[in-house]
Amino acid sequence: MQNTTTAPVLKVVDLSLGYLTRAGEVKAVEDFSFELAQGQSLGLVGESGCGKTSVANCLMRLLPDNAVLRGGQVILDGQDIMALPEEEIREYRWSRIAMVFQAAMNALDPVYRVGQQVVEAIETHGVEGTQSDARERVARLFRMVGLDPALMERYPHEFSGGMRQRAVIAMALSCDPAVIIADEPTTALDVIVQDRILRELKGIQQQLSMAIIYISHDIAVVAEVTDRIGVMYAGRLVEYGDTADVFRAPLHPYTAALMGSFPSITGEKRVLANLSGEPPNLIDPPPGCPFHPRCLHATDRCRTEFPPRVVLGSQWADCWHPLNGEIPDAAQEGVV
Amino acid sequence: MQPTQNSVQAFSPETLVSVSGLTRLFPVGRGLFRRTTSFIHAVDDVSFDLDHGDSLGLVGESGCGKTTVGKLLVKLLEPTYGEVLFRLPGLTPQAGSPEDPIASSAITSGQMRVFRRQAQMIFQDPYESMNPRRTIYDTIAEPLAVQGIGTVMDRVDLVSEILMLVGLTPPATFLFRHPHELSGGQRQRVAIARALVVEPTFVVADEPTSMLDVSSRTGIMNLMQQLAHGLGIAYLYVTHDLAVARYMCHRIAVMYLGKIVEIGETEELLHNPLHPYTRALLSAVPVPDPHFRREPPDIRGDLTAPIDPPDRCRFYDRCPLATLHCRDNPHPPTEEKGPGHWAACYEV
Repeated sequence: MQNTTTAPVLKVVDLSLGYLTRAGEVKAVEDFSFELAQGQSLGLVGESGCGKTSVANCLMRLLPDNAVLRGGQVILDGQDIMALPEEEIREYRWSRIAMVFQAAMNALDPVYRVGQQVVEAIETHGVEGTQSDARERVARLFRMVGLDPALMERYPHEFSGGMRQRAVIAMALSCDPAVIIADEPTTALDVIVQDRILRELKGIQQQLSMAIIYISHDIAVVAEVTDRIGVMYAGRLVEYGDTADVFRAPLHPYTAALMGSFPSITGEKRVLANLSGEPPNLIDPPPGCPFHPRCLHATDRCRTEFPPRVVLGSQWADCWHPLNGEIPDAAQEGVV
Repeated sequence: MQPTQNSVQAFSPETLVSVSGLTRLFPVGRGLFRRTTSFIHAVDDVSFDLDHGDSLGLVGESGCGKTTVGKLLVKLLEPTYGEVLFRLPGLTPQAGSPEDPIASSAITSGQMRVFRRQAQMIFQDPYESMNPRRTIYDTIAEPLAVQGIGTVMDRVDLVSEILMLVGLTPPATFLFRHPHELSGGQRQRVAIARALVVEPTFVVADEPTSMLDVSSRTGIMNLMQQLAHGLGIAYLYVTHDLAVARYMCHRIAVMYLGKIVEIGETEELLHNPLHPYTRALLSAVPVPDPHFRREPPDIRGDLTAPIDPPDRCRFYDRCPLATLHCRDNPHPPTEEKGPGHWAACYEV
């Protein structure tokens, strides 16, 4: 069922978000834009603190009190959800855009039966029908994510990590959303369970033709499950493109460094390149290219002027000195 | 439950640690009057050797007993059955020649200080493993003080030196900071410095990079390898990540529910996995290549806890190759299936 219409289901334009702290404003997300069509999957990757989860929380309009929106739009079904009042956002949240949370243990209430929690999500978020309709629907969702519907009567502590993550996925699917955000959905799980859940999630996504955003620090996971990838650094998207193209030939040195720092069980064993230094302080980000303090290719220009956008086929990157696609090797780059 | 001794090799001069029939049970399900009703077989009849300067990766899913093996090796836990033999400088049995290895159980309380100097551990969580009130200097100098190495003045130099080695430069800017002022990667460097400052012969590293971000992870892995090779330290590297084990270790041992199911040279084990569990584990690892089509791992059911497991192959319930023979016989012995490549399976 290929149904990739040209009109994007989700469109984010120039999103900028800050957090007010005693030390100053943390510029967590800066000029962030992307589009997502029906049935498409996007992977957002980057180090911790790069703004991945802030983007997700923004899309769900689940922001802490100290967050300030500095501009931009999140257009879902033609409606800018950043401009909606809180009462109206509830109609969108879960029914049009839903989230699979990182820590499945915390996403489930320990004192309620798991099935009841999903039923509640359905009832609260405006799917018509009686309680028994809702229960029937939950049973169907449970089967879809590979859980026995009999488990609806159990409590979260009786579930294994993988089962909990499946229940959380069922909850996210409960109101037929057009977009699902999966924030590190398998990070806490063992590889065999991770493999199963990712396969199921991908199958469901294709079957229902949903758009999905995977947020992950693990580029191998993103390589396997997404067709687009966005690499984030210091609150910005620094490279974006078809996953296959970006992995074949990254343009941004940060993308290449990230890829070069993951060990793999396939291919020749190679020396991993250190990505030295730490991500910048986002209260006072460095001038010019935010990556310049850690970049091996940085020149004076990178230190002063914000880089231009380089476009190559499906790919783009904001960089003064885009690469021609090699992943750095420690030996070759001479870093330790 | 009598431990059988699998794959016991002679204690050769290169051998640093020799583990045989190591078993650790934890009581669970205390019934009425706190009677112990059953046991978790966290580590069950595990045997392997570690040579001087060697590195062994202990790999498996959560709950397979890999951390327990690590703790048994450095005597943070005592085994229920089985024995660990060490050949460590300054440690010899009460009665015996200085060349003789010493059994873990024979180490007297008086010898523990020497043992702690020789066998160090690096923990998973650098946010939990350090006293937040003590400075970096205090943290690293403490083992020196306990071991009586150097004078107070010497220790400042020794600590500065090790800080340089672990890449916290210039040392003067780190000496009097507190852990909360450091990033996760920097804290883990302090943990490594604290373990190595007493010049141990072997180190158990329990998932030292799993809490860290991508960028600091690579740095810590490279640092550990460099230092271990430079200082001739042997290590046991406990990890759930096969790719990390491949990067860090000469040999890999795969654990499943308290048993080592396969052990061999890293590349040999990865390219020619024998045990069906190793195969399943390998095929579940995501590959950072969008064109690579990975087959789903051939494994049934879910991971269980090894509470009073039946006396048959631990992997029987999930194994794609399981036969009646596997059902009716005890857990298979660990056999050498190729040079240095051992597996515990009736069907390979």
